[in-house]
Amino acid sequence: MTSRIILPANPKVGLKMDIRILIQHPMETGFRYDASGSAMAKNVIKKLSLDLDGLILFSGELGTGTSANPFLQWSVILPKSGWLQLKWEDDEGNSGVERVLCNLSA
Amino acid sequence: MNKQRSIISQGFRGVRLCILYWGLSTTSLNAQVLTGPGAIAPQFMRSGISFASADLRATQADDSLNPAFLWVDQGQVMWKEGSGTGSSAAGINSSAAHPSCASCHHDWQQSMRGVSMKYPRWDPQTSHLINLEGQINACRTQRQHLPALAYESDELLGLTALVSLASRGMVLKRVREPSIDAALARGQLRFETRMGQNNLACLHCHTQNAGQHLGGETISQGQPHAYPAYRLEWQKIGSLQKRLRACLSGVKAQIWAFGSEELMELELYLSFRGEGLPIESPGVRR
Repeated sequence: MTSRIILPANPKVGLKMDIRILIQHPMETGFRYDASGSAMAKNVIKKLSLDLDGLILFSGELGTGTSANPFLQWSVILPKSGWLQLKWEDDEGNSGVERVLCNLSA
Repeated sequence: MNKQRSIISQGFRGVRLCILYWGLSTTSLNAQVLTGPGAIAPQFMRSGISFASADLRATQADDSLNPAFLWVDQGQVMWKEGSGTGSSAAGINSSAAHPSCASCHHDWQQSMRGVSMKYPRWDPQTSHLINLEGQINACRTQRQHLPALAYESDELLGLTALVSLASRGMVLKRVREPSIDAALARGQLRFETRMGQNNLACLHCHTQNAGQHLGGETISQGQPHAYPAYRLEWQKIGSLQKRLRACLSGVKAQIWAFGSEELMELELYLSFRGEGLPIESPGVRR
């Protein structure tokens, strides 16, 4: 499963910027039944965090109300340049990490 | 004949059609094919995205919002690796026995530009139509010596999305070759033939009533130029044939199998019918 962290083209020191993430994930709610009538096990991203060189920017739990391939966006003022790291973990035990270098210009 | 000509000149579409069909059964098609009742005049051609909501248009317009690019990313990884599944789980990496896509085709943005609009094409090897999915699988089995990918698997969709993306912005243009004439004629016939419990042909919605509403939906012209596309209904990316199957289900008709002759012919006809529209793949649709 792939994921993306999307940053603006020229992020600047001290200015608000949008960080967007997209994760390829079915986000199976656990409320559905398959063609043979048996319940489909819940499988959603239960933990998600975004950090900048270890500094947690966001950490949270997504629930069954989130669409498949979740898209999240934050408006932040980053204190410094560094590696942004997205980590997630789902109910089936799958996890993913995505890292991208964010260079702030003056 | 004289009598027939005079009727044509009066513009009776039905009679003209009968003659066209009569022509189909006896000879291969001439250049009249896309003047049939299913065709849309160039000045009325509209992209499917123009029928969508503002939100959806914005999602397609911005690659950082478009979820189909998750599959494009996957396709890019597979392009570089010779891997069977796009992950290291298969334990196959690019090698002499299993070359990657990149080892022959190099940079996809250049080598694959304009390629997606050449499909479906006639494959003399198998004497069948072959579409982009089929071509990728043929490459995998014959040149990469890897197992074929299943239709609608994330891996195959990733590669088709990547190859289609290379043609984005180009105007859809097909080349008429005698080898596809018969299949094209059959595809046109399928588009114009009533089917299913609802007894509708494709053209009843997508030519005659495009822009009208069907329940909460706005009916589009049924253009193929954004596929593979991310559909909100599917919550994932899907091929044109998957979309066609959704329509078959909608009219309660028999649902043709993936890669079947019927769907291939329809796909072929749609690609000619959509000539003139810029490629949008991978698009976003409801």
